[in-house]
Formats: sequence, structure tokens, C-alpha cells
Amino acid sequence: MPDVRTHEPDDHDNAYAGLLVNDTHWAFGTDFEDPLAGVDTTVPDGVDPATLAAYCLMLGDDALVLSQRLAEWCSNAPDLEEDIALSNIALDLLGQARLLLARAAAADGSQVPALPDGSPVPDEDRLAFFRDAPQFRNVRLVEVPGGDFAQTVVRILLFSSWRLALLDRLTRSRDGVLAAVAAKAVKELTYHRDFAGRWFLTLARGTDESRRRLVAGLDALWPLWSELFETHDVERAAARSGIGVDPADVAADVEAVLDQVLAASGVDRPAVAPLAAVQGDGAAQPAHGRKGRDGGHTEALGALLAEMQVVARAHPGGQW
Amino acid sequence: MSAVLDRDRTLTRAREAAAAVVDPELPMLTLADLGVLRDVTVDDDGAVVAAITPTYSGCPAMAAMRDDLVRELRAAGFADARVRVVLEPAWTTDWITPAGRAALAAAGISPPGPAPQRSGPVLLRLAPVRRAVRCPRCGSDDVTVGSEFGSTACKALYRCRACLEPFEHVKEI
Repeated sequence: MPDVRTHEPDDHDNAYAGLLVNDTHWAFGTDFEDPLAGVDTTVPDGVDPATLAAYCLMLGDDALVLSQRLAEWCSNAPDLEEDIALSNIALDLLGQARLLLARAAAADGSQVPALPDGSPVPDEDRLAFFRDAPQFRNVRLVEVPGGDFAQTVVRILLFSSWRLALLDRLTRSRDGVLAAVAAKAVKELTYHRDFAGRWFLTLARGTDESRRRLVAGLDALWPLWSELFETHDVERAAARSGIGVDPADVAADVEAVLDQVLAASGVDRPAVAPLAAVQGDGAAQPAHGRKGRDGGHTEALGALLAEMQVVARAHPGGQW
Repeated sequence: MSAVLDRDRTLTRAREAAAAVVDPELPMLTLADLGVLRDVTVDDDGAVVAAITPTYSGCPAMAAMRDDLVRELRAAGFADARVRVVLEPAWTTDWITPAGRAALAAAGISPPGPAPQRSGPVLLRLAPVRRAVRCPRCGSDDVTVGSEFGSTACKALYRCRACLEPFEHVKEI
């Protein structure tokens, strides 16, 4: 076992004295290398690279935007344990987003925003920080403001139940990178769903106030639920070519998990209509209007991105 | 014949250098003990490639591990050292070696049990996870889980009801 010390045994007076003792195990000046370094990113035979990239962007943007929403809880959660739990979940989703955006860029570089020559910003960061709201392809469930802790629990339960079922099937993708990213993510999402399911049950069976807040959170997010199972043309094409999963195909499995939680909690399914698509905003759009997968978003996404992107955009040549 | 021997010695030296690099967040563990270091190869020109598998998708320690590997391999005389990411198969806590488990326990961190196996869909667990965990300080099995999420992505928070001390458990994945 290597000899590792973080402080001199006799030095009790100075809280900072130990920071740089025997520090060879710290990596100073760590840079962020390609997360897919050495991974075979060849697009499988018969697969349209643009479809693969667009599909990865959808799954990556879902994770990125929810990660940003959950990170808003950092130092604001009801107690330290939940603060750490929400940050952990946000970090897992950020990691999934990074791999998926990097995979999108490797499949089809034409989606990646151009920056001044010599900019060291990697492709996945360009996609995260230099696209505007209409270019984001996330479902709207992940972008609406967070609400209270109960609503946060509801959102994690809805999102992770759906994403776990989706990515569990994606482990059989013909694209080896997507299959591997999904296999890792399934393990992480299992913990996220269990966390949210337990808190849902606890709040539903807790006090009148905790139950009231939980039901209000479910009512608030329910209009965005059905959008997760609507098949976009990109998802249909991805499923047909064997690299993606049609979200409509996982609906029965996901609803069964949700029913399990609702039954244990004694909470009914809300009777609330789905949120309408964005209509007539001047953009080229399908007849039914635009939802998250088409780039049609609520105004909350613009404010979220402004906060998330402002530093990167101020320094397009920055090295982090 | 001697070229083959030289090559074997070079490979052994590269493997030893890479295997001795420690995890930046669990410095009692080497990357080999953690199961993150999957392979080390040396090509005809003496270039070393170390293959590593990420623990969690968003583990911030991965970038530090890559930098540490390159630095230690260069320090061992391999000017051309590179790190390759291997995503498949996904890392599992089952790859932590017996020596790694002993080092964790000695540092007061409860080592993981067997990773969950499944066939069919992932089952929802609404009750707290039951694990055969013992307090690394006093050895009592009267412990309670405080949170499935801890100070790093890979650990859960526990408390011992016998000696009342909190401790961390490397959770099974």
C-alpha cells in the first residue's frame, strides 16, 4: 500500500499546514481530455450519422438540463444528506450528458457550434455552452423551474423511471458507444429512482403538509409527463436502424413502476391535461406545434441556459 | 531472444508504474486495486498505453487519474505514455481486489459486498437497502444507512449504533 499522509502528525495548530504535505497524489493543472479517448466511435453500417448525433443530443440534453436544475439545490437542500444526494444525482447526469454530447459530436461534427480558431473548448462543451434554447432537444419536463423539495422528488421519480427503462433497452444498441454509456447509466439511475421512490413514499405518508406538497408537485409536473412517450421522427429513425429506442415502447413498463409507487403511497394519478405544444412562433414546425424534442421550449429554459452558459461564452478561448 | 526478454521487462516495468498510481479520492487504493486499470500495453516503439474504465459517468477523479498515470509513466522513463478509455464492460465494485478491500477497511471505509445480479427489468426498491455491513471501527453489525449518497459518487453514508460513529460504505454497482 502506498504511503499517503495528508498531515504531519504533530502539527495541530495550523489548519492549513497539512494541505501540501506529501502531495504527489494530487493532480495539479488537470485538463479535461476527450472522455471518449481511444474509444471506437465509428458509426455502425447503415446508420445515418446525423440521426445518431441528433438522437444522442436528445438523451444528452435531457441529462444536462436536469443536472443543472438539480445543481441549484447545492447548499439549499433541507438537510446535508439530501444536499449531497441531489448533488450526486446531478453529477451522474452531467457525466452521462458529457459522454452523450461527445458521442454526438464524434458522429456528426456539423452540429457542433464553431468558435474562433485556436479555441481549446472541446466539442461536448461547445454543444453544452454555445447552443441557444431552440437548438436544445430535451423534453420540457427537465427544464421547468424546480419548485420545492417534494416537487424535486417527483421530477426525479418521473425522469429516472422513464430514463432507466429507456436506457436499459439501449444497452442493446447497435452503436457500441451508446450501448456502453447506457449500461453504466442504468446502474446510476437505479440509485436515483430508489432515492426518489423512497422519498415519494415518505412524503406521501408523512404529515398533511408533506403530502399536500407532494401531490401539488405531481399535479404541477403531470402536464409534461406524456411528452416523454411521444415518438419524435429522430427517435423513430434511430429505433428503426437499431441504435435507439422508441420511447412509446417503454410506456407500459414505466407506468407499471409508477403505479407501484402511487399505490404504496396512496396517491392517485392526477387528472390534468398535457401541456400544449408551442404554436405559431414563426419557426418552421410540424403541424402539431413544437415540443421539447423539436426545440420548442418553455421560457424557463432560456433563463437556465443564460446562467449555465454565461462564463463559457464570455471566454470562448478559455482553458479550464 | 533477448529482444523478447527486453520487451517483457519493459512491459513489466510499465505495468508496475501504472499499477502503483493511487486513486485521488481514495488514496489508500491503487488504480489496480480499484479495478479501474484494465490493461497496460507497450508497442514496438516503446509507447505505453494504459486502458482505464470509469467508475461513474461523472466521476471527477477520472481526469486526475489520467493525468497521474501519464505523469507516473513518464517518471518511469516512458516518454510516450497515453491513456485509453474503455467503456465496455462497465466498471463494477466486484473488480476491487482483496488487497483493495483490506486497504479500505483499514482506512475506516466499509468495502462493498457482491454487486447486484439481475435477469429481467431492474426492480424498484422502496425499502432501505439491506446489506451485511459491519462498522469498520468497532465491528458491530448494528448499523443504519443515513443516505445512499456520500462524499464521493461511489459511497453511501452509514452510522454505527453501537459506537455511534459515522462511516462510509462503498456501494455495490
